[in-house]
Amino acid sequence: MAKTIRVNETPLVLYTLRRADDALILGHRLSEWCGHAPMMEEDMALANMALDLIGQARSLYTYAGEAEGGGRTEDDFAYWRDERGYRNVLLVEQQNGDFARTILRQFLYAHFADLYWRAMMASKDATLAAIAAKSEKEMAYHVRHAGEWVIRLGDGTAESHARIAAALEDLWPYTGELFEMDASEKALVDAGIAVDLSALRERWRANVKAVLDEATLTTPADGWMQKGGRTGIHSEHLGHLLAELQHVQHTIPGAVW
Amino acid sequence: MKDVFPLWEVFIRSRNGLAHKHVGSLHATDATLALQAARDIYTRRGEGLSIWVVPSNAITASDPADKEMMFEPTASKIYRHPTFYDVPEEVGHM
Repeated sequence: MAKTIRVNETPLVLYTLRRADDALILGHRLSEWCGHAPMMEEDMALANMALDLIGQARSLYTYAGEAEGGGRTEDDFAYWRDERGYRNVLLVEQQNGDFARTILRQFLYAHFADLYWRAMMASKDATLAAIAAKSEKEMAYHVRHAGEWVIRLGDGTAESHARIAAALEDLWPYTGELFEMDASEKALVDAGIAVDLSALRERWRANVKAVLDEATLTTPADGWMQKGGRTGIHSEHLGHLLAELQHVQHTIPGAVW
Repeated sequence: MKDVFPLWEVFIRSRNGLAHKHVGSLHATDATLALQAARDIYTRRGEGLSIWVVPSNAITASDPADKEMMFEPTASKIYRHPTFYDVPEEVGHM
């Protein structure tokens, strides 16, 4: 990949890319369901949510390009960084698995993202605040959609309960990373640009637990947590995802619709 | 499948419309998920401001075989149409 780029990761660029990568990778994962969901209605719902997330990613990448000041576009960030250049949390790159696992992953992320974007509406960075206002409405719907399914799968049949309980147990160790902040991010919090993620954690847990209770699922205790995504250390799944996402651009660089 | 995912009829009130109009149907386990699915399937292009979902089996429909008895008698009663009045120009659009 001769064209793989090295991003000048100033705190604002890095911060924006982390959010953009979360949205793009989860959006890509959801798009993998297109044509494969258990029913047409959910096929449409998952594709709609994928498009919400990819739309968020596009705005954020564009802003990252402006913040970097090197003339890079959204496509440069999406197609010309390798696995180690991606800054998303590990949760969003985890494989779809069955419908229950996809829904549970969406549920954990959407509850975080809804709180996050709502808080970011007060950011002193006008562009991020505007992206937050749009994204919050989208994530509020993801919260509702995923939550209704978590309740029905958890409080459904023995089979559906077992599947979503297994997903909850497997994915919970990936939730700690959602609230991780490094020094560069803390500086942005102090400047009023970023949100203090640690302040969101208790509310996230309470919101998630309320739905899990109704779904007759036990909220796991916080034990050892997976991390690494924010600094480019990913699970084995991201490389495969990127191979598919970037394949056309790497074969025919600069190809357009 | 039919028992777990019954059929629902979807009605949407558009931005400039006063009444909910039937737009189609979908399968869902219950009313809440039917409403969500209606949002995802039928309002993707900004079509709606309000959604109704109704279990299809709650609708009592006329029998197509009764068409002649039900609807043809009105064809000869043209006096029911308000077309026999001259509307003065000054009234403009009614």
